[in-house]
Parts: sequence; structure tokens; C-alpha cells
Amino acid sequence: MNPKSLSLPETGTVRPVTLRLQDRLAAQLPKLVLAPTVIVTLVAVYGYMIWTGLLSLTSSRILPVWKFIGTAQYSKLLENDRWGVAVENLIIFGGLFILICLVLGVLMAILLDQKIRAEGVLRTIYLYPMAISFIVTGTAWKWLLNPGLGLQKTIRDWGFESFTFDWLVNPDMVIYCLVIAAVWQSSGFVMALFLAGLRGVDQEMVKAAQLDGASMPMIYRRIILPCLKPVFFSAFVILSHIAIKSFDLVAALTGGGPGYSSDLPATFMYQHAFTRGQMGLGAASAMLMLGGVLAILVPYLYSELRSKKNG
Amino acid sequence: MVKPQQTLTQQLLRYGLYGILTVAALVYLLPLWVMLLTSLKDVEEIRSGTLLSLPGSINFDAWGKAWSGACTGSTCEGIAPFFVNSFKIVIPAVLISTLIGALNGYVLSLWKFRGSELLFGAMLVGCFIPFQVILLPMARMLATLGLANTTTGLVAVHVTYGVAFTTLFFRNFYVGLPKELIAAARLDGAGFFFIFRRVVLPLSTPIIVVCVIWQFTQIWNDFLFGVVFSGSDTQPVTVALNNLVNTSFGGKEYNVDMAAALMAALPTLLVYVLAGKYFVRGLTAGAVKG
Repeated sequence: MNPKSLSLPETGTVRPVTLRLQDRLAAQLPKLVLAPTVIVTLVAVYGYMIWTGLLSLTSSRILPVWKFIGTAQYSKLLENDRWGVAVENLIIFGGLFILICLVLGVLMAILLDQKIRAEGVLRTIYLYPMAISFIVTGTAWKWLLNPGLGLQKTIRDWGFESFTFDWLVNPDMVIYCLVIAAVWQSSGFVMALFLAGLRGVDQEMVKAAQLDGASMPMIYRRIILPCLKPVFFSAFVILSHIAIKSFDLVAALTGGGPGYSSDLPATFMYQHAFTRGQMGLGAASAMLMLGGVLAILVPYLYSELRSKKNG
Repeated sequence: MVKPQQTLTQQLLRYGLYGILTVAALVYLLPLWVMLLTSLKDVEEIRSGTLLSLPGSINFDAWGKAWSGACTGSTCEGIAPFFVNSFKIVIPAVLISTLIGALNGYVLSLWKFRGSELLFGAMLVGCFIPFQVILLPMARMLATLGLANTTTGLVAVHVTYGVAFTTLFFRNFYVGLPKELIAAARLDGAGFFFIFRRVVLPLSTPIIVVCVIWQFTQIWNDFLFGVVFSGSDTQPVTVALNNLVNTSFGGKEYNVDMAAALMAALPTLLVYVLAGKYFVRGLTAGAVKG
């Protein structure tokens, strides 16, 4: 730069230059405000994902060791009986949880939509479990399902001596206990989603169908439910997200037991990464969970974005 | 339309409808009712009676013990200190994540720049990922920063992954604000922060309420981050409750377990009862994104 030009401007011209600088700074302000979040997201979401991905390719046990062994942890994982049980449990648990929540949610929403007098109170009652943590839900149901003192004993004391309900301690049935508690927790939320959807359905169309002599069940099946397709879709995505992430409920209700018969991938990952000193294997299981979530989310987001563009 | 005369069948259907809805309500209330009954009984009554039998006399001993005397793993001070821990984590985490979310949402809706939509999309991924995929590096990072097992560390984690949600809430709310309002303020020479403080924030009360309630519930109910990143004296109440319930020495005191569980549930239940409308709005706003 020419040193003369620096000394050249005297009083009047200095101010506009600095003002322009301020203006330029002001123009960048929105970006500056967003920057910390962008940086943290880059590091703590994308960076960590890559970090865990790399970790899953190493032989790390208690401490991270950057010795790469290819996909050995993944093959070890797929051969692991306990992982097999966890994945199978997730399919059973997730499938039943989603299905029952959707069916109950639709049914209850339709019933509540019939101009019920105490609708507000009922809605509040159906939805309150959603405000409670899965740890509390698990604790409560652990008590109810306790074979020695819970529902089984209560019904036996009512005179049904041979009544048996010992799913909580039965390795073949324990996974259904998780389904019961999770449905109790989340079905009210699905009901609320559908109720909101039902209220958005075009009433003119329903009236027209009524005038044509269609019965109510027919109207629901042919007109109203098809309108709720987007609600079905997002409820499905949310519920599967809850199912894949389920960790607290297992921790509180069954602790993964008896044995490891009620393990889910989330508890498997925690166990291996943090208490059994199998960091590489834990990281591999976390990556597979991520894959599972993406497999559901990517098509969902894709269709959402596409429908927005077309509509 | 004239209301048609109700036939007998219609009337019966109506009774059936109310019957079903009432039974369903009772089923949903049952666990809470049983917890309350159990927490008011003594251990002898629990063994001799059934889940639904009423306690002989109302007795709050179990509540006292759960609050300040029960053993949660290594200590026997009840869940009171952990209840306080939860507040120490929740209050700063909610305030910080809400403030950052509001600023981010303001930029992403009213000060868009080239590529800002892409950044928004990239941020939202933080709402979707299973947190298992970030646990190991985060534990490492907290240790490096000297924040392992501290309340500050947990607050940082909750803010990091909460901001994706709060940004989403505020962005979607601010997109609906009239553009003319902002354009006029800019013409008058108002700057970025001035417009935020004097024009946008005063209009934000509803979304702030939704956001605070959502974040409060999420962070209060968190267990995964608590169990992985907290130390024995910085545990949130969910972790302490789980330890208490799974402590297996001595006779099991189910009444104390249930009292502790009710206490851990009380703050979010209270929020739900007092501001249920906003809670549901938060749920559905969260649902739009999945």
C-alpha cells in the first residue's frame, strides 16, 4: 500500500471510512450471531459422528486406541448373540409399540371427536403420561407388573387363584412388558396428533357425503382417514424414533434382564461402551443405530421436501 | 340443520361411547393412582393388601424417607440433593438454549442470507440423531475441557443438543411475523439487535412459553446424558431415582420407591397441569420435524 494514502485523509474523510467498516460489520452481524451454533453443530454433531465412525474401526477397549482394524468390530457385532437379541427385541418392541400406538391413537381420537362433553378433561388424562420421564414410567410399571405383589397378586386375591402374569421375570415375555409401558406413555400423544388432524378435515366434504347418505363408518374409512395420511406418516416417524432411542425405559423397568433378554440396541451400546470396556464394539453398535434412524428419516424428509415443492 | 330425534340405538351408542372413554381414562390413571396409594402405605400393608386396597391410615413416612433418608447407591440422603441438582442443570440449560434459539430463529427467518436455509437443515440433524452416536466423543471432550462429572458439563451438553429444537421453534414462529414490520424498522435505521429487542421479542411471548416448557420437560426427564456425564454428587433426579429403585440391599421398600418416583415426576406434571395447552403445542411443533 502507498503509505502516503494513509496519511492523506484529514478530518472529514476518516469518519465515513470507519462508518463503512461498521456497516460492513453490521451486515455480517446475522452470520456472526449464527456462527457459534454452526460451529458447535459442526463439531458436536457431524464431528462426533465421524469420530464415533472412526472409533468403530479401531480395536479400542477401555480407552480409545487409534489402531485401525477395518470392519472387524462390525463382524464381531453381527456375530454377537446379545446384539442379535437386542435387534430382534427392537423389531418386536418397535413394531408392536408403533402399531398399537397408531391403532389406539386413531380409535381414541375418533371417539373423542364425537362432541364429547368432558373432552378437555379426558384429553388431559390420556396425555399426561407424556409429561413424565421414562424412568418414572418404568418404576411405576415395574411395581404394577411385579408378580409377587402387583397385578398378579391383586387378581389372585380377588379369587382367580390360578391367574398368572409373570411376564416381567419371564425371558420370553419380558419384551412385551416394555411394550405395555411404552404404549401407556405415548399413545395419548398419538391420539392428540390425530385429534388435531381430524379437526383440520374439511367439514363441507363430510357434510356432502352425509347428504349422499353415506354412513359414519363409511365416511371415516373413505374420506376422513385418507386425509390423515400425513399425520400417520409423521406419527410413524416420531414413534420409530422413540423406539430406536429407548434406553431409559429398559434401564428402569427391566435393567435389560432377565439375563439380557430385554436388551435393546441403546442399552447394548451403553453397556459395552461404558461398563464393559468394549469401546470399539460400542461405537460400531452406535453407528448401526444411526443407520437405522437414517433409513427411516431420509425417505421421510425427502418426501416432505418434495411434496412442499410440488404443492 | 335441525337436530333429528335421537333413536334408542343412538342413545345406547352414546352411553357405550362414554363408557369406553371412561374405562380408558381409568386405565391411564391407574399407574398414578397405584403409585400414590403405595406411597401412603407401610411395608406391612403392602405385603398383606393388594395394589388397589386403600391404606389403613394416611402416612407420609415413605415420603419423608424418599426425600431425605433413602439410599441412592453410595449415599443415604434421599433424593433431595439430586432434585436440587436437576434444577441446577435445568434452569441455566433452559435459559441459555432458549436465548440462543431465539437469536438463531431470528436470523434464520428475518435476516436470511445465501446458504442460511442449508445451515438450518444441517442444524436440524441434531434433533434426529440417536444420541448414542455422540456419547463417546462427548465424554472425551468434557474430560479434555475439565468438565467431566460437573453440572456445567451437563448444562453444556443439554444446550448443545437442545439448540436444534429451540432454533426450530423460534424460526417457525418468526417466519409467520409480518415482513413489513421488520422492513419498516430497518428503514427507520434500527439495527439488528434493536429490532430484536424492541420489535421481535415483545411479540415472542407465546413461543417463549412453548419453548421453555418443552426444554424444561426434555431436560428434567433426561436420563441418558445424566447417567453418562454426571458424577455421583452431580446426578440429576432421574439417575438418583433409578439407583434408589435398583438398590437391592435390605428389604425392598416399595412405598419409598413410589414416593420418590412421584417426587421426580411432580415438576413436569405440575407444568403439564398448569400449562397443558403450551405443552401440547410444543409436542406438535416438535412433531412437525419428526
